[in-house]
Amino acid sequence: MKQFISSKTPKSKQYLIVVALVLLVSAICFVLSGIVGYRVTAFVLLVTVSVVAMLFDILPVLVAAFLSALIWNFFFIPPRFTFHIELTEDVIMFLMYFLIASVNAVLTYKIRQIAKIAAEEEKKANAVVLYNTLLNSLSHELRTPISTIIGASDNILNDKISEENRKKLVSEISEASLRLNKQVENLLSMSRLESGFIEAKKDWCDVNELVHSVINQLDDVLKDHKIRTVFESDLPLVKLDFGLMQQVLNNLITNAAVYTPPGSEIIVNVYMDKKETPEALMISVDDNGKGFPKKEMDKVFDKFYRLKDSKTGGTGLGLSIVKGFVEANGGTITLTNNEVGGASFLIEIPTETSYLKSEK
Amino acid sequence: MSLGEILVIDDEDQIRKLLEITLQSHDFTVKEAATAKLGLLAAANHPPDLIILDLGLPDENGHTVLKKLREWYSKPILILSAQSGEEDIVSALDNGANDYLVKPFRTGELLARIRSSLRKSSFEENNPVFDFDDLQIDLITRTVKKNNETVKLTATEYTLLALFVKNEGKVLTHNYLLKEIWGPTYVAESQYLRVYIAQLRKKIEDNPNRPLHLLTESGVGYRFVGKK
Repeated sequence: MKQFISSKTPKSKQYLIVVALVLLVSAICFVLSGIVGYRVTAFVLLVTVSVVAMLFDILPVLVAAFLSALIWNFFFIPPRFTFHIELTEDVIMFLMYFLIASVNAVLTYKIRQIAKIAAEEEKKANAVVLYNTLLNSLSHELRTPISTIIGASDNILNDKISEENRKKLVSEISEASLRLNKQVENLLSMSRLESGFIEAKKDWCDVNELVHSVINQLDDVLKDHKIRTVFESDLPLVKLDFGLMQQVLNNLITNAAVYTPPGSEIIVNVYMDKKETPEALMISVDDNGKGFPKKEMDKVFDKFYRLKDSKTGGTGLGLSIVKGFVEANGGTITLTNNEVGGASFLIEIPTETSYLKSEK
Repeated sequence: MSLGEILVIDDEDQIRKLLEITLQSHDFTVKEAATAKLGLLAAANHPPDLIILDLGLPDENGHTVLKKLREWYSKPILILSAQSGEEDIVSALDNGANDYLVKPFRTGELLARIRSSLRKSSFEENNPVFDFDDLQIDLITRTVKKNNETVKLTATEYTLLALFVKNEGKVLTHNYLLKEIWGPTYVAESQYLRVYIAQLRKKIEDNPNRPLHLLTESGVGYRFVGKK
């Protein structure tokens, strides 16, 4: 009920609902007035006002309190159908009713305000935690390679260093720069996503070419892994952003390679889901590693999320970039664990298709 | 002996210093300019054999500088770009740049691009026969041989391959290829290009999934490399 009727409902609607509710409850009590005494009616109305107070803003609630008091007086307190009250006891009861209803309204309102402030503060605290996580992983991920570069170049400038060590340090610098570059690229992609700057430039694309171009880029990363591709025969050309999808597959395959032991197998499976209109391109990336803990599965696409025991470096941006880029292409990505217990990412992108064939 | 004179137009001291050291140690003569104005002046005073042009200059848009240079300068221009924005690169290539590099780039790559831009292709030397180890193309007899066996190509496949070998080492943009092979009304019909590239790779590559001649330049176009 709270989703449909709450303090977010427009004010005018709130007044309408409040008045209708009070009238409805009063009418029921009126019909039952033979069985239910007028003092019990007071309690029923009070409960109504309390319920209203839990859901609505203070002014509509006060209207409910006021209206129900008047109705109770006019229709229920003897002599009925007058605002006159005969017994002193009932006069006190009426005043008490009015007071309790109002206090009820104000108190519930205040409690709600406090809860709202608490929720806001929690949100702020979470943002601070997130910000700190970002700063920590960022400063670590950026400073490590920078330290390497500074330290190594200092050493190289020192004349006493042996030629062999000099060479080693130079290759350290080269590796650190590549790592730094990768992190900067991730941050740039993330901020492009955050600012809503990413617009997929869709063009006809040969998925076979797409997948293999990524695998060919990743020779180094995949040197200790087996990679297998399965393509449905007669795949059509599809429309998507080649560059964005290259990054998506690059991140997924790199992830699979980094988080599984050497010798593990990575399988990329490409097929069309023809039941949908338009047809959907399906690409799955599976590995036979440990998979993801069930509890953490829905968090893996969050920014800065990293598995608790993960030892490998990273800012935790890779998978959120993957999700962002897939969505920019109008698709979705889901994560499950496959039959062998490994991770299985499935991309689904509804797309135009072309079954064009070249002349023979 | 100098392999040629190169003019570097880039506002970053560090990049200019790096390029100077790299290029000099590989026997090129280097001239430098830190602004578009100085660059245009230097090029006009003493036209170099190749220009390395950064797109992000302080005083004038790099694309404008490129257009101004191309009004009279016909030797190779190599673009340096800090953004990996494909549109930027495609527009520079379509405006007459010979090749591009995205910062940060590897030295090996830079030198390879410079050498391939400076090298006169067999085509420019009026030699109609191309010999690339496993692949021979004869433009007179219109024959293509792969590992000494004649490859059967359709008319369109042959025209496409011939265009590539004439521009060996150069990136050809999607737009350019579509316009040259299928005509100006086909620039949006990139599906033709995808199909023919895939077909051509099946016929001329040892492993079409790992092409060594017909390379994909993501979002930009394709590059034909002769010797592997």
